[in-house]
Amino acid sequence: MPDASATPAIEFLDVSFHVGQTQVLTGLNLQVATGETLVLLGRSGSGKTTTLKLVNRLVSPTSGEIRVNGTRNTEMDVTRLRRGIGYVIQDAGLFPHFTVERNIGLVPKIEGWPKERIRARAQELLHLVGLAPEIAGRYPHQLSGGQRQRVGVARALAADPQILLMDEPFGALDPLTRDDLQREFILLQQRLHKTVVFVTHDLREALRLASRIALMEAGKLVTALSPQEFLQSKDPWAAAYVRAFGDGLESAANRGAS
Amino acid sequence: MNVVRFIVQNHTQVLELTWEHLWLVGISTVLAMLIGVPLGILIAHRPRLNKPVLAGANVIQTIPSLALFGFLLPVPWLGERSDRLAILALMLYALLPIIRNTYTGISGVDAAVLEAGRGMGLTESQLLFQVELPLALSVILSGVRVAVVIAVGLATIAAAIGAGGLGEFIFRGLAMVDNRVILAGAIPAAILALLADVSVGWLEKRLRAR
Repeated sequence: MPDASATPAIEFLDVSFHVGQTQVLTGLNLQVATGETLVLLGRSGSGKTTTLKLVNRLVSPTSGEIRVNGTRNTEMDVTRLRRGIGYVIQDAGLFPHFTVERNIGLVPKIEGWPKERIRARAQELLHLVGLAPEIAGRYPHQLSGGQRQRVGVARALAADPQILLMDEPFGALDPLTRDDLQREFILLQQRLHKTVVFVTHDLREALRLASRIALMEAGKLVTALSPQEFLQSKDPWAAAYVRAFGDGLESAANRGAS
Repeated sequence: MNVVRFIVQNHTQVLELTWEHLWLVGISTVLAMLIGVPLGILIAHRPRLNKPVLAGANVIQTIPSLALFGFLLPVPWLGERSDRLAILALMLYALLPIIRNTYTGISGVDAAVLEAGRGMGLTESQLLFQVELPLALSVILSGVRVAVVIAVGLATIAAAIGAGGLGEFIFRGLAMVDNRVILAGAIPAAILALLADVSVGWLEKRLRAR
């Protein structure tokens, strides 16, 4: 649960975004506390990905502001802002012409880290995401989908950002691999305590990973609840979501996170 | 083999003209790359410019080469030396394949990869030099390959305005109605074209390894 007294890691203040006549986001007010995993849940086109991209300024709001650690993100240098925020997308978006090590080490290299430190960091991160050290020399096309996604997470963590944005990172994986990665994500998060904003349309995934679930519908935030609260919510949208996913959700909630 | 004997007997001149030919093609291709690659990048990033630029390069391509040489002849600085003129004309013809392939290569880079890069905090120029250009390189090179082969062929016509090259033999042979002389220009030109094709193709393949 967010601590009301501390400065939130991320704060959306009355944010709206529209493209031409299309209202993508309307009057979004939301706080993400430091160290929590906030899952943005909603169907396609509900504005969750846009919400995520507002944080690292891949999208600029039409009105309102976004604060990162209390500072308006438009006041920060955009490159610095982004390097301080890890970003993981579906299919990982790895650079196909770089080895795994260069993929992970790109931002550290640009930041001027010495070679040895980059190599050591890459090894450390590969270990952290459960990959063998020899993967470092491979190219993305030589990896399985699950391995690629792990590398994507390792790359996002390379420069040790305090905030992690994850846009349906496990969406394209087969159910077994997804299950593995979700479990590892929980373990990782118990160790690292990053502030994570995680986009998904999968309620099961949301219940399992989230400390809070922010439900979005048609560009508006419907409600933000803990997984347990979400299951018992009387909110029509939340209830509809729970109904759509059917039985067995209770066991999914908080199987990992506490 | 009369032709072979003729070439052997005149080998100094054949080599000299081959060298001239190579020089015309080489300089014009390098210039075309210096202009075409940045233009291709520009239109890949600014889709609004893509149609006019490609249309312009296309129009140039449709001008018959002899006519283009003729048009350029009265231009002050250019007309003074025919090799300048030939290089400019050859460069203009080389532009289209280079611009088009650069455009295709750069716009073919996976949008997810670019977004990941941007999200990681790469600046636009880091994105260009570390990601877009390396990924587009083999496509760009295949454009260069087409451009070079076209230029080797077209450069034979440069002899018509006195710019030298293997076309000298071809035009002389035509005037003398002597096939040996024509072939003494045409065969080395064909070999040059093949060599250029194979060597740029080899480079392209090597760089595509990933």
